[in-house]
Amino acid sequence: MNADFAAALLAAAPACPPGLVSWNGSDPAARFAVYRNNVIVGLVDALADSFPVSQALVGEEFFRAMAREFVCASPPCSPVMALYGEGYPEFIETFPPATGLPYLADVARLELLRVQAWHAADADAIKEADVATLVADPESLPEARFTLHPSLSLLASRHAIVSLWAAHQAESAATALAAVDPALAETALVCRKGLEVEIYRLAAGPAAFIALLQQAASFGEAVAGAFAADAQFDPPATLALLLRAGAITGITISRSAES
Amino acid sequence: MTVHAIGAGPVPQPRSLPARAGIGLKPEHFREILDTAPDLGFFEVHAENYMVDGGSFHHYLTRIRERYPLSIHGVGLSIGGEGPLDQAHLDRLAVLLARYEPESFSEHLAWSSHGGSFLNDLLPVPYDAATLARVCDHIDRVQEYLGRRMLLENPATYVEFAASTLSEAEFIGEVVRRTGCGLLLDVNNVHVSCINHGRDARRFIGALPLDAVGQIHLAGFAVDCDATGAPLLIDSHGTPVAEAVWQLYAFALDRVGAIPTLIERDNDIPPLPVLLAEARHAERMLERVPAEAESAVA
Repeated sequence: MNADFAAALLAAAPACPPGLVSWNGSDPAARFAVYRNNVIVGLVDALADSFPVSQALVGEEFFRAMAREFVCASPPCSPVMALYGEGYPEFIETFPPATGLPYLADVARLELLRVQAWHAADADAIKEADVATLVADPESLPEARFTLHPSLSLLASRHAIVSLWAAHQAESAATALAAVDPALAETALVCRKGLEVEIYRLAAGPAAFIALLQQAASFGEAVAGAFAADAQFDPPATLALLLRAGAITGITISRSAES
Repeated sequence: MTVHAIGAGPVPQPRSLPARAGIGLKPEHFREILDTAPDLGFFEVHAENYMVDGGSFHHYLTRIRERYPLSIHGVGLSIGGEGPLDQAHLDRLAVLLARYEPESFSEHLAWSSHGGSFLNDLLPVPYDAATLARVCDHIDRVQEYLGRRMLLENPATYVEFAASTLSEAEFIGEVVRRTGCGLLLDVNNVHVSCINHGRDARRFIGALPLDAVGQIHLAGFAVDCDATGAPLLIDSHGTPVAEAVWQLYAFALDRVGAIPTLIERDNDIPPLPVLLAEARHAERMLERVPAEAESAVA
């Protein structure tokens, strides 16, 4: 019985499962439509809440039509709705009517990372003094490994995702948006500081450096990798950024090479 | 392992919610509640919204819970589902209840998951023997695993099933008798379902196991119509409590006594003072409950 009911809820065309009755003999299909509407509108609303910039970029009508196709094809697999929307950027990427906006899927990826960061585990950031002590010890520094905040993520895109996202936080989104060239590649750093999720635009050096830290590279290895990616890499400025973002939650120093 | 210990260990008697009015806790109001400390009986949260690792939801709920009694209200356990209960979800509930030690835990007579999909709505069940047996098994399992009594909420529904052999009140009465669970009497759901199915709401309330009522919900509905033009009420939680529901609430209070009462609002969330005013209205009605009715449930 649940199977018929569930299938009709998410069917492409309005449908009504068998076995339903009404006290006054009215067509149960009109009553069943309330459930269908609740389910689809509720899930579309959930996506609209999580992907507001994606919605602004294509307009509400387009976004909701696209979201409706996604929710019918990929309903949530968990009652924990806060994180619903995994897979939505990939859906957007292959949604033919959206191909005219090649950056849309990556903006959605950034918004998904932002939602995930919002709900990620709590961890206290280390203090500036802890890093100052480390930096003052040139023997230990190259071997130091950083633990990064559970909310931290990186997203490299061929499009100007951070600028597009930031333009929609401005008071006049249209004016801010006009100044953005979407075809410029950008890498985003997403990290929650306290209760607020911040998004930063990274140059190639810091992006390579943080990506290596994420893979548990030592400070020395990460610096070498960052210079390989970008000769202009500035280690102190990047450390300062990570401190300001509350991105480092621990330092471990081991002189022996660890596997 | 620690999760299993919660279910297996000695069960402390949870304190109960005060016989006052509460409101649903919404993120829009987190800071204002901490800043203004409104005089309120309790807050209620949806369990699933807090099944995340960290961040602002836990930050604020922790602080608000330190100051107020708390009700945790599940919307995703799918107690009426055909399949077995989702063990991972039960585990998440156990962790949440251990963390916040709410005075009350409630869920719905409904299903919401099927075949690995979560449908994000409270869907109706037929009132027949097979469903009764399954719902009772699920509630037994929930109460055993969580080590506490739960309250079961009567549903708002838009359709009925040809397969039903019991009335809704008979079905709920039998669930309460067999499992020992309590009843969360949602007066708005009573009104909505009784209009939608041509039932007498007062007679329906009279047929429920009123001794088991542990909490009352009040909310607003939207008005639609069915294929014949008859009114079809939608349990929208997007408007103030309607006058008809306040009247039905007064009728229920006369029979069950002063019971903790929640103002539910999940859509078109108004400023906090608007919800507090509705809670005060409920509280004035609670204060007028005759002493003999109160003593009947004491």
